[in-house]
Amino acid sequence: MKNDPVDVLIIGAGASGAAVAWSLADTKMHILCLDQGGWMNPAEYPSTGRDWEAKFYGEWSSSPNIRKRPEDYPINDDNSPIKVVNFNAVGGSTVMYTAHWPRLHPSDFKVKTLDGVADDWPIDYDALTPFFEENDRMMGVSGLSGDPLSPLSHPPMPQQPLGLSGPLIGTAMNKLGWHWWPSDTTVATMDYEGRARCINLGHCTPACAQGAKASTDITYWPHAIRAGVELRTHCRVREILTNKDGMASGVVYYDKDGVEQFQPAEVVIIACNGVGTPRLLLNSVSGKFPNGLANSSGLVGKNLMFHPYAQVYGFVKEPTDSNRAPPTCLWSKEFYDTDLSRGFVRGYGIQFGRGAGPVFEAVASEQKGILPWGRDHHRVFRKLNGHRLAVSAICEDLPEEHNRVTLDPVLKDSHGIPAPKIDYTISANSRKMMDHGLARGREILEAAGATDICINDPIPWGGWHLLGTARMGTDPARSVVNEWGRSHDVKNLFIVDGSIFVTSGGVNPTSTIQALALYIADQMKQRLANLFD
Amino acid sequence: MSDAKQLTAAQRADLRTVAAMIVPASDEYKVPGADDAAIQADMLATLGRDTALVAQALDHLADLAGKPLAELDDAGRDAVAQEFRSRGGAAAATLVRVVLQCYYRDDRVLRSLGLELRAPFPKGHVLPDGDWSLLDPVKARGGTLRRVP
Repeated sequence: MKNDPVDVLIIGAGASGAAVAWSLADTKMHILCLDQGGWMNPAEYPSTGRDWEAKFYGEWSSSPNIRKRPEDYPINDDNSPIKVVNFNAVGGSTVMYTAHWPRLHPSDFKVKTLDGVADDWPIDYDALTPFFEENDRMMGVSGLSGDPLSPLSHPPMPQQPLGLSGPLIGTAMNKLGWHWWPSDTTVATMDYEGRARCINLGHCTPACAQGAKASTDITYWPHAIRAGVELRTHCRVREILTNKDGMASGVVYYDKDGVEQFQPAEVVIIACNGVGTPRLLLNSVSGKFPNGLANSSGLVGKNLMFHPYAQVYGFVKEPTDSNRAPPTCLWSKEFYDTDLSRGFVRGYGIQFGRGAGPVFEAVASEQKGILPWGRDHHRVFRKLNGHRLAVSAICEDLPEEHNRVTLDPVLKDSHGIPAPKIDYTISANSRKMMDHGLARGREILEAAGATDICINDPIPWGGWHLLGTARMGTDPARSVVNEWGRSHDVKNLFIVDGSIFVTSGGVNPTSTIQALALYIADQMKQRLANLFD
Repeated sequence: MSDAKQLTAAQRADLRTVAAMIVPASDEYKVPGADDAAIQADMLATLGRDTALVAQALDHLADLAGKPLAELDDAGRDAVAQEFRSRGGAAAATLVRVVLQCYYRDDRVLRSLGLELRAPFPKGHVLPDGDWSLLDPVKARGGTLRRVP
């Protein structure tokens, strides 16, 4: 079936797709977004039920391979120590994330110049500054301006309370003389733009029933739709087609009834992040593009960067926030910048965990062997439960071509579309960085008086950040898109998600992903008259 | 491997026994064991997508025990438990998780832990603001971002 053509077709309604749709809406072009997921219903979010923790192991797992909702697609990540986690719905993975909201630092855009590794980005931090600020207003960020070791931000809402865990961490960090600061988060600490303030429902990673945590289904999308953007849900794109001139002509997708459709478009924007985007490009094979679309460099799918998380946790005598607070509230940039005396290049941010709920605590501690079976179970559980503090080093992964997304030769999704396959190893540099983070994490916990210290090295289900698989650059032989997100090979094809990252920084990337999407939308608007030149 | 949609009577009996091995009743803490009838009923009613792996784990337990778990003496059960925990893999982990997730949402258990018997939404929780003077040393120390040429 063929639909009426649109001016702009966006694939993916998550973090970047929502931002670019909203920004382009003021052009009054006919903009359509297709997403394989649907609108979520907050009344069905886990925190509305007594079985809220059990859901994290099933239909609300962060892993699509465990969750297996109809909107999910399988991912073969057997050949990776870090498993891919995501969420597929309107809002994408902003429905299921910690709301931790750091930005890349200015130095992260000049890695080659500063440290002689990887590549510099083709843009610098200053190019994104106004879009970071605009995005913080749109998403609704809380935080405390003035962190001496983070880029200046102006959160429109005050920071989260320190709670019970924050002072324990702050005191420990002060003993060590190390930097810490209340983290910017997309958790509303006051009523904001139709969102109710946070009431501490607990671990807000798997969606916020209160609507206090920003996800793009409740931030960007209502504005974009009011401005005329059309959002079509439960539509899974199979491939992008091209015409005889090598331009994108539209996409083939399966609608909510499973019927194959063709949607013509003048401009196609991909916003499927670091696994979904290369999967789609590699599935878009034609005579002119036999190795996948936009892949003359051969780099589509390559240079996959996670952030390997090296986590240390322990148990203090004092009560911690447990499940009665958002999961993170503080960060540290003490070890963010290169110091070659540490034995590795680049660095890591630290995010602190406030605690865990009783089921999670019981399951995790039993698995680690610190919670026994039998008579002593009750005594030990009472010592552990409600006393956990966690320190996670979020390590900068450098791009390596052997870390990659390809198409699995066997595995397919429910529509028969080849699924992605991940091949990934932790590099020697990342390994040293993780070891350093684990050692410092242990020092922090010991300074806090913690015992029963355990590690997750790496956090196995920690592949949240999917970066680098369609990188930006000015050289078409060494990059997939140019410095404003347009494919080198297909001049009406744009990519706006985490796949265009050149390097990963040592912080959660969503703020930077959305700033990039807004920046690219702005570049497109400035060039509308000669967008394809 | 059993792939039944429901557990057999023998599997249910072993589930009861192993649940009590994981979390026995305690007079000291005034809590039931995980073999309590209501907790067992919760497990069976909510097994859902875990059924196949739990059945597989119970089959493994039965193989290790060679007879119903309840008929083993304490030393025999300890030996089975050790082997099961160390080599049971994903199936064993799933079984243990099912036991614990049902146990730690039982009203009597939550009450004993001093936790409220409710979903987090809509009441939520109140957090103390905390002592922000803790941040003064960080502010005093200052610092700068790495210079970019």
